[in-house]
Amino acid sequence: MISLYLPGRTWLHRMPAGWKLLALALVSLAITPVDSVAVMTGLVVAVLALYASLGRAALAQIALLRPLWMLFVILLALHWWSGDVLFGVLVVLRIVAMVLLANAVTMTTRMDAMMDAVEPLLMPLRLFGVAPRRVALAVAMMIRLIPLLFALWEALNESYRARSGRRGGWRLLAPFCIQTLRLSHNTAEALAARGGAPRGGHR
Amino acid sequence: MKDRSLVQIALYAAIFAMLGLLPRFDLPFAGGVPITAQSMGAMLAGVMLGAWRGALAIVLLLFVVALGAPLLAGGRGGLGVFFSPSVGFIFGWIAVAFVAGWIMQALRTAPVFPSALVAAVIGGILVMYAFGIAGMSLVGGLAPLDAAKACLIFIPGDTIKAVLVALIAQTVARGMPEALLSRNA
Repeated sequence: MISLYLPGRTWLHRMPAGWKLLALALVSLAITPVDSVAVMTGLVVAVLALYASLGRAALAQIALLRPLWMLFVILLALHWWSGDVLFGVLVVLRIVAMVLLANAVTMTTRMDAMMDAVEPLLMPLRLFGVAPRRVALAVAMMIRLIPLLFALWEALNESYRARSGRRGGWRLLAPFCIQTLRLSHNTAEALAARGGAPRGGHR
Repeated sequence: MKDRSLVQIALYAAIFAMLGLLPRFDLPFAGGVPITAQSMGAMLAGVMLGAWRGALAIVLLLFVVALGAPLLAGGRGGLGVFFSPSVGFIFGWIAVAFVAGWIMQALRTAPVFPSALVAAVIGGILVMYAFGIAGMSLVGGLAPLDAAKACLIFIPGDTIKAVLVALIAQTVARGMPEALLSRNA
């Protein structure tokens, strides 16, 4: 399965998913009013120490910040331009700390454990007649569809290349959409033939 | 909600994810602006599915991303993305799909291409940047005007995407009219 989960047996892996999510929410609320660069630097160091305590593989995951560096440069430049570099540094530190902390939760919690942890939050949906199991079905269906869609795209690309010698690129989008809609039509019929998706109300 | 809608929602969430995982499109006239196909997914979901189903498709995608799947452009995902400065765009996609779908339904008697283009431009550019700029200025601590400047470089790419979405909607309307759910709901 595609996931950012990092298999392991660290202390953070053993902590229940619900607690980790709660802790993350609390930290994000607690640091919102903080406007001291020193405190924020301390938090970033603490988060880095947390990564270090999870081992080498976890430390390598800090590379997840790489796509953000361009944004950091732009943020710092704009803050420098408006005359408050220090505030810019504070903002960048806050983003680094929160992104790393949130990723630490993701990387130490399996997707099914996360799903179980948030299921109670889906209970209010019952009031609107949506069974939480319907949500679970939609999630499973979506995850299963992704590799199918890639295969479909590849097939269209191959046949386009056979006809023209070039890559299809955006020209494939419309035929791709029609093919996928046919696929979803068949899926819906297969689902109906098996008694349909779970309804609201009792399980 | 019918089973068919549930499958369609899952399908468009999957298409959205797939657009982020595709290599960049070779658009010849983009002038070097970085283009990921992903934000097209939100316009597409709205234009094709209509307001509610389109918005639910994006909610489903974001839910799976939050569970830890790296489905956003460049293999990003997990809870971390909800704390980055682009969070405004990420939640904005829900509104993009809703508004685009709503416009598409409101213009149901008009020809497909122009109404899809209007829906994609208003939803995918106006609404998306309103949310994106709000997010940048909240998380990034920028004045809204500065945040707006930081976003400007993406506008040409998004215009191209809106045109593509309208072309797709028109092709689908011709090839498989019953699939354009925003028109026959």
